[in-house]
Amino acid sequence: MLSKRIIPCLDVKDGRTVKGVNFVDLRDAGDAVELAAYYAEQGADELVFLDITATHEKRKTLVELVQKVAKELNIPFTVGGGISTPEDVGVLLNAGADKVSINSSAVRNPNLISELASRFGSQCVVVAVDARFAAGKWEVYLNGGRLATGIDLFDWILEAERLGAGEILFTSMNHDGTKNGFANETLAKLSEMVNIPIIASGGAGNREHFADTFIEGKADAALAASVFHFKEIEIPSLKNYLKSKNIPVRI
Amino acid sequence: MKDQKIVIIDYDAGNIQSVKYALERLGITPIVSKEEEVIRNADKVIFPGVGEAAWAMNSLRKNGLDLLIPQLTQPVLGICLGMQLMCESSEESNTKGLGIFPLEVKRFTNERKVPHMGWNQLEKLNGALFKGVVAMEFAYFVHSYYVPVSEDTLASCNYILDFSASLQKNNFYACQFHPEKSGAVGVQILKNFINL
Repeated sequence: MLSKRIIPCLDVKDGRTVKGVNFVDLRDAGDAVELAAYYAEQGADELVFLDITATHEKRKTLVELVQKVAKELNIPFTVGGGISTPEDVGVLLNAGADKVSINSSAVRNPNLISELASRFGSQCVVVAVDARFAAGKWEVYLNGGRLATGIDLFDWILEAERLGAGEILFTSMNHDGTKNGFANETLAKLSEMVNIPIIASGGAGNREHFADTFIEGKADAALAASVFHFKEIEIPSLKNYLKSKNIPVRI
Repeated sequence: MKDQKIVIIDYDAGNIQSVKYALERLGITPIVSKEEEVIRNADKVIFPGVGEAAWAMNSLRKNGLDLLIPQLTQPVLGICLGMQLMCESSEESNTKGLGIFPLEVKRFTNERKVPHMGWNQLEKLNGALFKGVVAMEFAYFVHSYYVPVSEDTLASCNYILDFSASLQKNNFYACQFHPEKSGAVGVQILKNFINL
């Protein structure tokens, strides 16, 4: 049976993981390769690396990091952040990334999705969408949630699928950081609307939240950062819990 | 095992790096090549692939590899699109394949989400490729087209229907999943191939 995926997300800057990583048993909590190997060992089904490096010149360090991670890791991983051209994607895939995640650049230039899908295959194109619910409407935001677009979430996701997105990574800004659970009602609506996998993001606080997003939210995968980095939830116990709820997971 | 000459066929289709790194983790330094001479002289050949079938077949033809691959006599392992190209034909862009397996590659119906993406279980395992792998272990799949179950099926998987997770005919082996991305299970399968 196809299993539900658990995906830790790592923020990287200048080739090192940053923000909210608290691992006492690692020699160096900032070492992305070591952290990736740890999560793979724990049973993570995939990893996402989000590059928050500000400047263009620093991109080289990201490519070097992707290469180092790919050399060590035997599970799939996605790289996101600052990708705006097919050339950017080619470089990352050649370095060993399995998928790329695009966000703002796809909203600004939707044809980027189809360009990437036809050149590299839909399977490696993850379209990440940040949206906020306000005044009865889900609105898409850019630049890490700082810029409102006026675009309706559901319209945009249908468009992304039509253009060839292989997966949707949906982050609810209303839920992100609250630790009160994922945006399950909206996730379920998205999951029924499109025929590609939906990754739930934003709001994980405990194991029950993951079960809820797989059952009520109909999500195909769930992504989280801090609950894993601070060991509030450990992947083996999370997966055992999900299994006890009859949710198919890889153990 | 480490002195073997393993050649990964390079035809500009797909994630050759991951396969190369996976072999390097096993202590092997593979050769990545599209040269007929180099491929012919390999002890083992790996035929990976990610992307679109018609485009990939054109790329093989451009390098004369469409004629070479079916003639190879050493163990050959096709991975993902590589496996699909080893079949007779594919519904993807009505592509004619290499004809090693007399099978037609079909598209999944939209009964469930397509692509079939993620970790799924390997069932009904047969043969040396799956030595040491227990039935119902998980491997990583990403594909929209599938090879039906046939007498060449070495292992099956279920998504919408039972399909071939792996094939074998004579010296030709193939996996629909990505052993290079399938954790410890994938490592075992790659080791088994190298030890054939």
